[in-house]
Amino acid sequence: MATQLVKGNTAVIIGALYAGCDSFFGYPITPASEILHEAAKKFPAAGRRMVQAESEEAAINMVFGAGATGRRTMTASSGPGISLKQEGVSYLSGAQVPAVIVDIMRAGPGLGNIGPEQGDYNQVVKGGGHGNYRNLVLAPASVQEMCDFTRKAFELAQKWRMVVFVLADGVLGQMIEPLRFPEASVAPETDTSWAVDGTAVTRPNVVTSIFLNFDQQEAFNRQLQEKYAAVEAAEQDSEDYRMEDADIGLVAYGISARIAQGAVDAARAEGIRAGLFRPKTLYPFPKDALNAFVAKGGKQLVSVEMSNGQMRDDIKLAVECRCPVHLANRLGGNLITRDEVLAKVREAAKKA
Amino acid sequence: MEKVIQTRGLYKTFPRKGGSAQTATHYCPGCEHGVLHKLIGEALADLGLQDRTVVISPVGCSVFAYYYFDTGNIQVAHGRAAAVGTGISRTKNDAVVISYQGDGDLASIGLNETLQAANRGEKIAVFFVNNTVYGMTGGQMAPTTLVGEKTETSPEGRDPLQAGYPLHMAELISQLKAPVYIARVSFSNMAKLRQARQAIRKALEIQRDGKGYAFVEVLMACPTNQKMNVEAAIRFVSEQMEAEYPLGVLRDRSGEAKTLVRAESDYRKETLDRLLHLDTDRAPDAKLDPSARTVSVKMAGFGGQGVLSMGVILARTACAAGKFVSWYPSYGPEQRGGTANCGVVISGQPVGSPVVAEADVLVAMNRPSLEKFAGEVKPGGLLIYNAAIGEFAAPAGVRVLAVPAQELAKQGGSPRASNTAMVGVLAALGGFGLPDAVYREAIATHFSGKESVVKQNEAVFELARQWGAKQKP
Ligand SMILES: Cc1ncc(C[n+]2csc(CCOP(=O)(O)OP(=O)(O)O)c2C)c(N)n1
Ligand code: SF4
Repeated sequence: MATQLVKGNTAVIIGALYAGCDSFFGYPITPASEILHEAAKKFPAAGRRMVQAESEEAAINMVFGAGATGRRTMTASSGPGISLKQEGVSYLSGAQVPAVIVDIMRAGPGLGNIGPEQGDYNQVVKGGGHGNYRNLVLAPASVQEMCDFTRKAFELAQKWRMVVFVLADGVLGQMIEPLRFPEASVAPETDTSWAVDGTAVTRPNVVTSIFLNFDQQEAFNRQLQEKYAAVEAAEQDSEDYRMEDADIGLVAYGISARIAQGAVDAARAEGIRAGLFRPKTLYPFPKDALNAFVAKGGKQLVSVEMSNGQMRDDIKLAVECRCPVHLANRLGGNLITRDEVLAKVREAAKKA
Repeated sequence: MEKVIQTRGLYKTFPRKGGSAQTATHYCPGCEHGVLHKLIGEALADLGLQDRTVVISPVGCSVFAYYYFDTGNIQVAHGRAAAVGTGISRTKNDAVVISYQGDGDLASIGLNETLQAANRGEKIAVFFVNNTVYGMTGGQMAPTTLVGEKTETSPEGRDPLQAGYPLHMAELISQLKAPVYIARVSFSNMAKLRQARQAIRKALEIQRDGKGYAFVEVLMACPTNQKMNVEAAIRFVSEQMEAEYPLGVLRDRSGEAKTLVRAESDYRKETLDRLLHLDTDRAPDAKLDPSARTVSVKMAGFGGQGVLSMGVILARTACAAGKFVSWYPSYGPEQRGGTANCGVVISGQPVGSPVVAEADVLVAMNRPSLEKFAGEVKPGGLLIYNAAIGEFAAPAGVRVLAVPAQELAKQGGSPRASNTAMVGVLAALGGFGLPDAVYREAIATHFSGKESVVKQNEAVFELARQWGAKQKP
């Protein structure tokens, strides 16, 4: 094992290299540019390819081409760039081409600013492009997870032939923490049953997202939904912090979860039984574990997020209104503070 | 009646098309897409390239090119073929990539991708069908529509004052340095057909040899949308289109061009470990020690005062000593006005919030940050500041120390290293429980590669540490 002090954005590229990612295609945007810079420094040195694309649309379509050959490939961006990639994400999903996309969220809408926010939740978790598709979404909360979840994203992308997002924010990208390095590197295999890579074995294959025949298109859509149901059964992931005896469960991902953890400790010090439920996957949303908390006697939930209740909607859907779901949030690039979260927890405790 | 094409390089029947007539194409009668397919297919077969080839079907009438080409096939979004081709070619060095695109696709929505891929000299053969209209969507104006030509969206004829002039793609691309081969061809008589066949072959030979970008513009009509019979369509091409778009080879550098080889991925762990300097920059894994106190440090000052790297050195030290640690720089609006700050949290267990709201220790290098953050120091906490700031009314209940950081740095031989002087004082007074030797290691790693800088900073650190040890804040 080896540990090194590493920046979150760098950890993404470290994860990608050890996961056997062959190529990186990106376009500069703060606060995700450092990932592009790191790729430019490190990918060619390991024989991997990196292209600074002319736009995010071009970048995601380069990913489409590289992914269609069955090799591991990725791109990274932030809000405005992710919006532009959505057409490509829909095509990737329609053609079931595996790909990894890292979103280092910034404040929006529009140009917004480069401060940390979590306002891309809907466009990433719900899918911002056209059609009945889903993305698998992983939500890291530390530099370690920036690396580990990027590695895992490649595995999941290939396993399910899906687009996998690593959804992080500007704080996680900028911060430095010790990183335990991957213990192995991966030399991925090409799945020649569907890939098209300019070889004799894959010559009969076609990568496409069109079915002119409505019934065929419907059958394909149904197949996709079956796949998503299997993903929902297999891939939900979350972490509990002081949840065993909690009355009030804070639900938070990414940097908000780190801050909410402090609020849990502060609330406990005041005798309020609070806990933190941290989704590590946002799609599939870890609703089974959350429902178990409610079934066990959890009385109230607080969605702690740096967005306008986008995640709260998913929490409500998950618990089907069996308990109240409050919102503690900040917007516009402002980090939510421990005390702001604590104030919400106190308010909830009074209602109980 | 649908058009039948049978030739080498194309499938014998077209099961992907479905329906009953599996030997007929989906193209309209009289349309020359079939001729172009045939010429490409024959060339691929003759050059023995089918196993290596990936044909990209665009959005447009040729969206179903993958019904026909007996090669690997990929269908892509409207206008994005050149970017997709880039992704394929960069990933698979030996792949022969063919992009088959219409004028709406290539010259309108995909113009950026088209020019940029050409400019990068991607290894792609582009077959560009210029038929002056959008065929598939029902005959709207294209960038290539002739002046005065009537389409659904230029019912009075293309008016250059409204819609500009026909876009000459071959000429536009010939402004770029990287492309190896650029030609414009038509099928309007036998001689021109022969030239077209040669151009198509040439473009594919260039791909066979991995030499780079080749662009072949093919003039044809769209009999259906232009409401012409076959003869009229051929006359339209030879009399009107060729007058606007002269045929010929605009460039052929296939002789000089060298084979372009893309790198092969190296997946070995040793390679990656070396690349990431794990041999020289390596800390032990953090050790769980819940009894250890968690210390939050805030460091702030002007942009040039090195507060961010001061924090990184402290974090490096903690990491090298097997602590859990986080470093987080302020970013966003706080960064404006030339001030910078960062928070470092050192702990015996995984760090919760990396954002320091209440500090056990504040290091302030300038007055604005001293005034801004002094109130955030916890009761009993430590506040050390740059003595150059001068008089300062310290908050009650906080241990305060003015550090002559600049003097210490100067004495140590590195006047710019006030930040390292502060690290030395922190080592003495911060209460982090980190061994002095580990600070020195962290300084060496931080400035690694610059021997003299390492020496100077070590000297400043040591001097400041000794000075600090004598103070009682
Ligand atoms: C993003 C997007 N916008 C619009 C369309 C609709 N569309 C389909 S084909 C086409 C035009 C194709 O024209 P051209 O490239 O000239 O090819 P042709 O049909 O003439 O072969 C358009 C606009 C689409 N599929 N996708
Ligand atoms: S619409 Fe025009 S371009 Fe398309 S197949 Fe028919 S004739 Fe050819």
